[in-house]
Amino acid sequence: MALHHITLTVNGEFEQVDVPSQMTLLQMLRDKLALTGTKNGCNAGECGACTVMVDGEAVNSCMVLAVECQGANVVTVEGLAKDGVLDPVQQAIINHGGVQCGFCTPGMLISARALLNRNPEPSEDDIRAALVGNLCRCTGYVRIIEAVQEAAKRQKALN
Amino acid sequence: MTINAHPELPDFDYVRPATLMEASQFLAQHAGEARPLCGGTDIFVRMRDGLWHDRYLVDVKKLDGTANLACDAAGLTIGAGVSMNRVIAEAAVRQNYPLLAEACCSVASHQLRTRATIVGNLCNASPAGDTIGACLVLGGRLRVHGTDGFREIPLEGFFTGPGKNTLRPGDIVTAIHFAPLPAHSAGTYIKLGRNTWSDLSIVGLTAFGYPDETAASGYRFKIAMASVAPTPLLAHKAQDFLAENPPNLQSFDQAARLASAACSPIDDVRSSARYRKLMVYQLTKKALQQTWEKLTR
Repeated sequence: MALHHITLTVNGEFEQVDVPSQMTLLQMLRDKLALTGTKNGCNAGECGACTVMVDGEAVNSCMVLAVECQGANVVTVEGLAKDGVLDPVQQAIINHGGVQCGFCTPGMLISARALLNRNPEPSEDDIRAALVGNLCRCTGYVRIIEAVQEAAKRQKALN
Repeated sequence: MTINAHPELPDFDYVRPATLMEASQFLAQHAGEARPLCGGTDIFVRMRDGLWHDRYLVDVKKLDGTANLACDAAGLTIGAGVSMNRVIAEAAVRQNYPLLAEACCSVASHQLRTRATIVGNLCNASPAGDTIGACLVLGGRLRVHGTDGFREIPLEGFFTGPGKNTLRPGDIVTAIHFAPLPAHSAGTYIKLGRNTWSDLSIVGLTAFGYPDETAASGYRFKIAMASVAPTPLLAHKAQDFLAENPPNLQSFDQAARLASAACSPIDDVRSSARYRKLMVYQLTKKALQQTWEKLTR
C-alpha cells in the first residue's frame, strides 16, 4: 500500500509526515508525532476521547484519515496552553475538580474550547449538547459542565 | 493485547481523483472493491467491524462543486462534501428549511457531525437514518454523476433495502436539491431513542404540512417513518387521508393508525416490533399535532 506524504500544522508547528492510507489522524498524532495526550477510547467515533480540532472544528480523530489532513491546522490538548499559561478551560477543570482518571479530559477540553470559540456565552444546554459526544465514566458531568461555565466567564473577563 | 472495542482500519488505498468523471470511471472499473468516501462515519465503522472489505476509498468531498452549499431563490442544494454541522450553521437553512437543520442536530454528537454528511447518510441507506425523513418529506432530488454524465433522481424510490439503494457502479451522488418550500409550511421531527441525545432511533417520525387549495381538506401533509421497515418510507395512505379530511384531532388519530399499519418493523436490540408499531401511532399523532400548531400559529 502506497505512502502519502502530507504537510500540516499541528499545535502551531509545521509537520511533514509519510502516512499509509488507512492511518487515522489519531494514529498519526500518537504514533508518528508522539502527541499521546489525545486518547484512543472506542475507535468508533462514540466516546470522544480522541477529539481534536481540525481547522477550528472539533472532530473525532479516529474518524479522520491522516491523508485527509493535507494542509490542515490541527490543535490537540498539548496545544491549548500558551507560553506556559493554561487555557481557561484547563484552569477551570482543575478549579472544579473535573478530573478523576483523566482519560476523557483531553477530549472534553478540546470540545469545550471549540464550543467557546464558536459560542463564547453558552447556556448550560449548549454545553451539554456540545459535550454529548464526550463520555466520562468516573468524574461525572456536573463538575465538568460547571468548569465550562466558569471558563466562559473567565474568558469573557479576559476579553 | 488491545483494549479497543474496535480494531484499526484494514489496508486499503485512498484515492483522490481530480475530476468527477475520473472518479466515476475509477469506481466503475473497480466495481465491488471501491467505494465513494464522504465523511466516512459509517464506512470506517463497517470496515473496522470486518463487514466491508473495500480495496479503494475514493474521496469525493472536494470534486467539482461537491463542497458547495447554496440556498437561494432556486431552492437549497447541499453538496456531498458538506458536513451536517455546516448545514446547521447556515442561517438560510435554519430560516427556510428548519426541519432539515433539526434533523441534522439529532445525529450523534457535534464532533461526529463535523464529518457526517447528509448525502452520506442517504447513500448509507440505513432504515434509521436521521436526516432521511426530512429529505423525503421535503421532496429532495439527488444529483448523480455516473460514467455517462449527470442525471437527477427523486429520493423517494432510492432506497431498496437495508443499506441498499438504486445507485449503479460508477455513480456518485454529488448533491441533494430541494425546491423552495410551499408558503407557510411547517414540519416536526420526533426521534425516539434509548436516551435523549446521540443514540440511534427506535422510531424516527417526520411530519411536514402546508396549505394547498387543490386538496379537499385545504392542506397537504407528508409523513416519513424511520427504523420501522427495511427502508425509510412515506406513509402514503395517511397522507392521502389527510388531504381528503379536515385537519383535527380525529383525522390525525386516523392518519396515525394508517401510518402504523403501513410499517413493518422488526425486533432488535433497541426495541420490539410491537413497541415500534405502537410508537409510530403515538408519534405520528404527536408530530401532526405539533406541525398543525406551527401551521396555525
